Amino acid sequence: MRKSLFARNPSVLIFLTCLALFTLGVTVLSEAFGTDMISTSFVKTLGKTLCLCLIALAMDLVWGYTGILSLGHFAFFGLGGYMIGMWLMYERTRDIIVTSMANNPIPPTDSEVVAAIGNQIFGVVGSSDFPLIWGFSHSLTLQLILVVAVPGLLALIFGWLAFRSRVTGVYLSILTQAMTLALALYLFQNDSGLRGNNGLSGLQNLPGLDDVPQSVVSIWFLWASALALGLGYIFAAWVVSGKFGSVLRGIRDDEARVRFLGYSVEGYKLFIFTVTAIISAIAGALYYPQAGIINPAEIAPIASIYLAVWVAIGGRGRLYGAVIGAAFVSLVSTWFTGGQVPSIPLGFYTIDWVDWWQVVLGLSFVLVTLFAPKGIGGLFDLISGRTSPNRHGQDLGPGAGSLQEQEAES
Amino acid sequence: MRHILFSLCAAMLLALTLPAMAQTPSGPVQTLLQEHSALIEKASRKTVQPAIDALATSGLPAAQTVLQKWQSKDMWLRKDQDGFFWAEDLGDKQYRLYDFDTDQPVGDYDKKALKQLKPNSGVRALIGVALVQFQLSDPDPIRRQEALTAIKRDSAPAHLAPLRASIEGETDPAIKARKEQLEVLLTLRFDTDDAARVAAIESISKDISLDARAALNSLLTSSIKYAPAETANIAGPVEPGSADLTVEAAYDMMVAENAATALPSAVERKTFLSENIQGGLVGGIPVAQLSTQEARDRAYATLNPTWSADVSKASIVANAPFFRVYAEPSSAVTTAAEKALNSINTRVGFNQSLDLLLDGLSLASIFFLAAIGLAITFGVMGVINMAHGEFIMMGAYTGYVVQQMVPNYTVSILIALPLAFAVTFAAGVAMERLVIRHLYSRPLETLLATFGISIALQQIAKNIFGTQARPLTAPGWLDGAWVLNDVVSISYIRIAIFVLALIFLAVFLFIMNRTRLGLETRAVTQNPRMAASMGINPDRVNMLTFGLGSGIAGIAGVAIGLFAKVTSELGSDYIVQSFMTVVVGGVGNIWGTLAGAAMIGFLQKGIEWGNPSNTLAAQTYMIVFIIIFIQFRPRGIIALKGRAAGD
Repeated sequence: MRKSLFARNPSVLIFLTCLALFTLGVTVLSEAFGTDMISTSFVKTLGKTLCLCLIALAMDLVWGYTGILSLGHFAFFGLGGYMIGMWLMYERTRDIIVTSMANNPIPPTDSEVVAAIGNQIFGVVGSSDFPLIWGFSHSLTLQLILVVAVPGLLALIFGWLAFRSRVTGVYLSILTQAMTLALALYLFQNDSGLRGNNGLSGLQNLPGLDDVPQSVVSIWFLWASALALGLGYIFAAWVVSGKFGSVLRGIRDDEARVRFLGYSVEGYKLFIFTVTAIISAIAGALYYPQAGIINPAEIAPIASIYLAVWVAIGGRGRLYGAVIGAAFVSLVSTWFTGGQVPSIPLGFYTIDWVDWWQVVLGLSFVLVTLFAPKGIGGLFDLISGRTSPNRHGQDLGPGAGSLQEQEAES
Repeated sequence: MRHILFSLCAAMLLALTLPAMAQTPSGPVQTLLQEHSALIEKASRKTVQPAIDALATSGLPAAQTVLQKWQSKDMWLRKDQDGFFWAEDLGDKQYRLYDFDTDQPVGDYDKKALKQLKPNSGVRALIGVALVQFQLSDPDPIRRQEALTAIKRDSAPAHLAPLRASIEGETDPAIKARKEQLEVLLTLRFDTDDAARVAAIESISKDISLDARAALNSLLTSSIKYAPAETANIAGPVEPGSADLTVEAAYDMMVAENAATALPSAVERKTFLSENIQGGLVGGIPVAQLSTQEARDRAYATLNPTWSADVSKASIVANAPFFRVYAEPSSAVTTAAEKALNSINTRVGFNQSLDLLLDGLSLASIFFLAAIGLAITFGVMGVINMAHGEFIMMGAYTGYVVQQMVPNYTVSILIALPLAFAVTFAAGVAMERLVIRHLYSRPLETLLATFGISIALQQIAKNIFGTQARPLTAPGWLDGAWVLNDVVSISYIRIAIFVLALIFLAVFLFIMNRTRLGLETRAVTQNPRMAASMGINPDRVNMLTFGLGSGIAGIAGVAIGLFAKVTSELGSDYIVQSFMTVVVGGVGNIWGTLAGAAMIGFLQKGIEWGNPSNTLAAQTYMIVFIIIFIQFRPRGIIALKGRAAGD
């Protein structure tokens, strides 16, 4: 008899418990609850971090489990943010316009309202007409569908093209990076219809909820992010735990052999690529209302590489590793770049961490790659005593990972 | 002592005799001026022309001085005697008058006894036109050049005759050519004889210079008119509602010509409605219901029975006669100009494609330069080096630092090139030994580790040099551009980069195919174990090869820094394009990299040309194109075959 998902993966329950306790703790200590121990802006930072954990989870699925180093998942994250941002911005501007027009002697017509909204939103890029892509922005439902559909479709098309022609390994990484760059450059144009490099702003204000203070809204978003992360974690654990997961790991370790065994490698890859793109988009849709602003710089290729950095430092190939990596690195980054870490005076030079944090991050990343490929997650192996066999000597077979001299002798 | 006495006496004598000499001189110019004195003294733009003409055509040597002094309000009269003079201000309201013919002083006068001629601006402009002929035949060639430039900038019909007259006597062949060219341009615009103008137009129908095109375009200026006069030079009918003429504009034009009655716009109707709210009602309709256009129209129609929402401007303007009318009245001239412009445009198009080709070539050589180091490390060795862009940046900063120490730009560039190679070679070797060596079997992790190095290097550069762009100045002999004609030109820096790219290509080919290192590199990359068993040290070869690729990146950095801003982000701007170049061209083959750079360069310029306003869009489409291209040739333009392909 098959054991349940949780029985097979005890880490899922532990993780969910930790997540629930964390969320509860933050809620109790927040301004909204009245204790006022954690400021609203820090609650937002924590909520955003949960979203980053969710996309790190997606990255782990696609890279740690399937071996596709995608440098484009932040593009999907950003697209998700843009999709929800369009609705937020449209509705919010509509509220403002309707309020200001209520004092007019003659009530405005619908087309006048829309024209005024367009003028308000696109004034910064010297336009006033709604581009075609804003066609659904008046409806939350349609725009929520787009959050999933647009990145999903992009990933599907891109993945189909890339996997079909058997672009693998570093080539695929470069190709995904090129896709991200292309998207970012496209969005940087003023006539892209998404306000060029101004991006979408004012997203922290929920339309129709002007009376609710930001402290409460931030807690709502924290809950939503935690819920999404929890569900995402269960989904990811479910995906990787069964036979499907075994095939994914097989593809990571030796794609050609899995193909010879009769599995449709392209299908598996396409599925995981698209699904993780959708997860990323959902994470983005939860992230940007908390950040308040989205612009094309968020999609720049560097962001996607940082995502890989988080997952690598956290430990890829294990779900909690990705979450820990994203939370740890992004929070420590915030701490260092926020200027809260005291500088170190060396006499001849003062190390200001705002300037040197990037250097430390870059170098520690090199060190992790070289000496601790398991990342922070590897520490749990030390605790549980699961260590890999101490391999010495040369590989016997042609590829990496084959039996080595001493193993063969023993 | 005697001398001083003598000169003192002479001075006194002179002072005594001066007033005695002060009679009206009678040189030829003075006579001429006297003849027209009435016109000159009461000069007005309408009447003064005969006087100016008489002076200008007199052929007298002093005529030019007279006109200049007159124009600069420096012509003086005595109140009690006849005669025109120019004056020298002696201070203390005393003026010394000089005769125009002889340039001899006539006498000193108090300002009260004199009258200054102050021609108004219209008269001065007329004098200026008359002066042109003197400037055009001025003995000083610089003055003649200036006169030509002035005429070209602001030409008038009156310039034509003096210009023609001056061509005959011109001695300087360069200026003569300019004069003849300008004469043609003026003829086609201002000559009174249509046949001469048409001939002039035809004579420049092969000239692609901006001047010729501007002159022809000015002949073809046109405007849209409603029902123009029969005699107008009509280019053709215009359809209201087309891109040239909106329905609104057409209707406004008809209203202006009294061919239609003005209709209030939606905004005006709304304003009218809001001014006529009476007790919450407008035209019997409650204000709250006016939130649709239909309701507003109904209310407006109630208040203005003559107005109807059904009157459509489009139907009124639909069959109205709108024509495009040339400002130039002669149809023979406009036809000829149209024809000449067409033939010029064909030539311009040809030259533009030549220019585009040069642009594409230069962009391609930049991409090639940025990618060639990568062609070694990634193409030959298969190592993904995300810090390659930072090596380019290091090269550029090396050039900058050298320029701070060596002020001579030529020398500093000559020092910077080998120094940049040395610096980045060392950095590459260090990186290979410390990091990449341990990751040869894990290419994806090489990517990540080198990326870590890349962000660290970028931040270190930012900490050292700051975020603002640093200048890397090209030596003076690289300034300027090679100008073929008004359309085709290319800057010397770009030519230098092209040459540098060619040199690199040659060096690469030489090292790979003709040296021991190249042989060993190829052996190690194809089969490290077999190479090792042949006595080659793969570690050393990998190290040197990687250093070579990095060093070339450094040199490329100096070259790129010459035309781009040197910032810490310089490298990351090129990294994706560089990888694209290598991947598109085909990994492991320098000709592939060349082909890739050429394709990307030309294509990007081509897309930019099709959509000139937007380089961002060009880059976007370029990348999309590459992604699709990879679908059809996953191994690049020039794919390695057989065992060398590596799988």
